[in-house]
Amino acid sequence: MAEGKVDPVHQFTIETLFGTESWAIGGYNIAFTNSALWMAITTAAIVVFVAGGAKQQLVPGRWQMAVEGLTGFVDNLLMANIGKAGRKYLPYVFSLFAFILFANLLGLMPLALVGVHPFTATSHFTVTGVLAVMSFAIVLGVGFAKHGLHFFSLFVPHGTPVLMIPIIFPIELISFMVRPFSLGLRLFVAMMAGHVLLEVLSGFVISGTNAGVGIFFLAALPSFVLMIGICALELLVAGIQAYVFALLTCVYLNDAENLH
Amino acid sequence: MPQITQLADTYAGQIFWLLVFFGIVFFVIGRGMLPKVVSTMDGRDKQIADDLAAAEAARAAADAQEEAWRVQANQQRAAAQAVIAAAKADAAKTTEASLAAAAARIDATVTAAEASIAAARAAALGEVEGVAAEAAQDIASRIAGLSIPADEARAAVKGVLTHG
Repeated sequence: MAEGKVDPVHQFTIETLFGTESWAIGGYNIAFTNSALWMAITTAAIVVFVAGGAKQQLVPGRWQMAVEGLTGFVDNLLMANIGKAGRKYLPYVFSLFAFILFANLLGLMPLALVGVHPFTATSHFTVTGVLAVMSFAIVLGVGFAKHGLHFFSLFVPHGTPVLMIPIIFPIELISFMVRPFSLGLRLFVAMMAGHVLLEVLSGFVISGTNAGVGIFFLAALPSFVLMIGICALELLVAGIQAYVFALLTCVYLNDAENLH
Repeated sequence: MPQITQLADTYAGQIFWLLVFFGIVFFVIGRGMLPKVVSTMDGRDKQIADDLAAAEAARAAADAQEEAWRVQANQQRAAAQAVIAAAKADAAKTTEASLAAAAARIDATVTAAEASIAAARAAALGEVEGVAAEAAQDIASRIAGLSIPADEARAAVKGVLTHG
């Protein structure tokens, strides 16, 4: 990397930490990478967070309140979108929400100050895609298990004139099939765009500062102020994207659970 | 963009480790710890609801008790009023009776007194007759020199007294 130049997408590079070539299942290389490491850290953080709050006290402490608040949030989400039957999806949707939220937030931590480079697992469409396909597979499984072939009536909204069915059906089918892509890509794009933006701005700050006092005040300082604002925005986006992912999963599950 | 340039080399590892760690989150947290958290929350909600219901029931019981107390108080007040009325009536009756007895006694006394007055008057009249007869005898003997027997004098006086 040239001096003063920042490669904005370098942060997404996957580096193998150990198990380079030797770890493989059926010929597929499953080396332990920085991505895997940060997913492990995410998992550990969630375990610590929830375990710290699972004290089961009648009058909750602060930590327990936080865990119960998060649980209640997801529970209300399911209740509002699916109803009473939504309770059984709580483990999955909570895991999804917590995993994405923690992964997003951990990727934003300013750990580079202490020499650690955080990696945002959710900025890889391989990861978000798997999560999206998982949600979609559950929707399909529940839909067909509950309604059988009647599940296809999802693609014919109520009150569609018979004449319109040949046109509506393919449209609805396509919009349904696009769901896993939109679900996975939305999170990936939001996370990557935010991180690239921060990196580009930080590049401006570094280059501008190196270029002299005039440029510093003209470009570097405003960029730095903007970065602070965008950092706050990114924290918001991290929460919102996790929420959107969980919310859309709930909405899709509602289609499968209640059909119409 | 490493997501695409490294895709062929890394997708298997990414998917594998994601499934491993998401699986841990799902089974350890979602399936293991979350039900406890949820049951704690549900238990707390239930206890609050139960406590509220118990408080409501207690309030209703208190209201009922107050109502019963009010009814009882009204009954007791009515009973007290009845007792007072009865006592008043009793007292009035007793007063009346004693007044009647007193009146009768007074009447008897008055009657006896009147009778004795009448007797005294009669006796006095009789004496007046006697005195008048003697006086008439005396007057007759002195003025006319007649000696009139006492019986005649008495009869004459009597006739004058009754007619005159």
